[in-house]
Amino acid sequence: MESSENGPVSAHSHLPSDPELRVKALEEILVRKGLVEPAALDAIIDMYQNRVGPRNGARVVARAWSDPDFRNVLLADASDAISGMGYAGRQGEHITAVENTRDTHNIVVCTLCSCYPWPLLGIPPGWYKSDEYRARAVREPRKVLAEFGVTLPEEKAVRVWDSTAEMRYIVIPERPSSSMGLDEDALAELVTRDSMIGTGLPMEPQR
Amino acid sequence: MTPRSEPAFEAPWHARVFAIAVAENEADRLSWPDWTARLATTLHDCGLSQSLDGGDDYFLAWLDTLESMLVEEGRIDHGEIELVEAELAKTHAFSVHEPRSVQHVIESN
Repeated sequence: MESSENGPVSAHSHLPSDPELRVKALEEILVRKGLVEPAALDAIIDMYQNRVGPRNGARVVARAWSDPDFRNVLLADASDAISGMGYAGRQGEHITAVENTRDTHNIVVCTLCSCYPWPLLGIPPGWYKSDEYRARAVREPRKVLAEFGVTLPEEKAVRVWDSTAEMRYIVIPERPSSSMGLDEDALAELVTRDSMIGTGLPMEPQR
Repeated sequence: MTPRSEPAFEAPWHARVFAIAVAENEADRLSWPDWTARLATTLHDCGLSQSLDGGDDYFLAWLDTLESMLVEEGRIDHGEIELVEAELAKTHAFSVHEPRSVQHVIESN
């Protein structure tokens, strides 16, 4: 009869606005003590919302695909190579690049929390932080990959890299064979976020 | 799935609590290895009772961890957050939940 019968019930199943108020209170306390400035927090948020994201990583991968010298430097010392491109910062101090090859596919996880190469990929997606992915990526990587739509040949080895505060990983996916002749900008367009976590493959160029 | 269309943060408070921790780290008051170790413990403890989906629950773990570290290190006092919360609830737009919708349920029963 009353169409709103389910309204209040479903509203109660959501989290209350409580965490929002708690964060506001925490910020207020730290501001009053002179420990943080709201403008500094705005700047951090703006950076991770608008300026840092998987496009950075895509440009690194595209360069590695087109410049063999850069690829060698990247595989030897990724932190050094990426800071040379201007991508440095928190959670980017120690990054290792792992390269997919004909024989090996790499996939990255953080089993303990959510360590991730922020300067290259931005803030991790929800699923990367979920209990399910963190537990299953190590236990049954092929099954997880299949759920992401990545089916690998039996003979291809899967290596799982567990990130920590000290070491984070970026996957250099295999360059699509049909991408010959494309320049770095066009190559970067093919590189998806998931392909740099290892849960996806790069896109094929549109012909 | 197009990476560019996904927002970095699902809710404004996720971004805010993230930024506070990063600001503390940038001011060298929070070491990142300490932080991740503590966050891992919180996530582990929360995950024992439920499966965390990586959204609100993840940033709640982030908030819990940050609050307890700040209290332990004496930068904020125990109970200070609750006091300021109450203060904000009174003076800001954070209105206390009106019981209207609850009463409506009772009426319709």
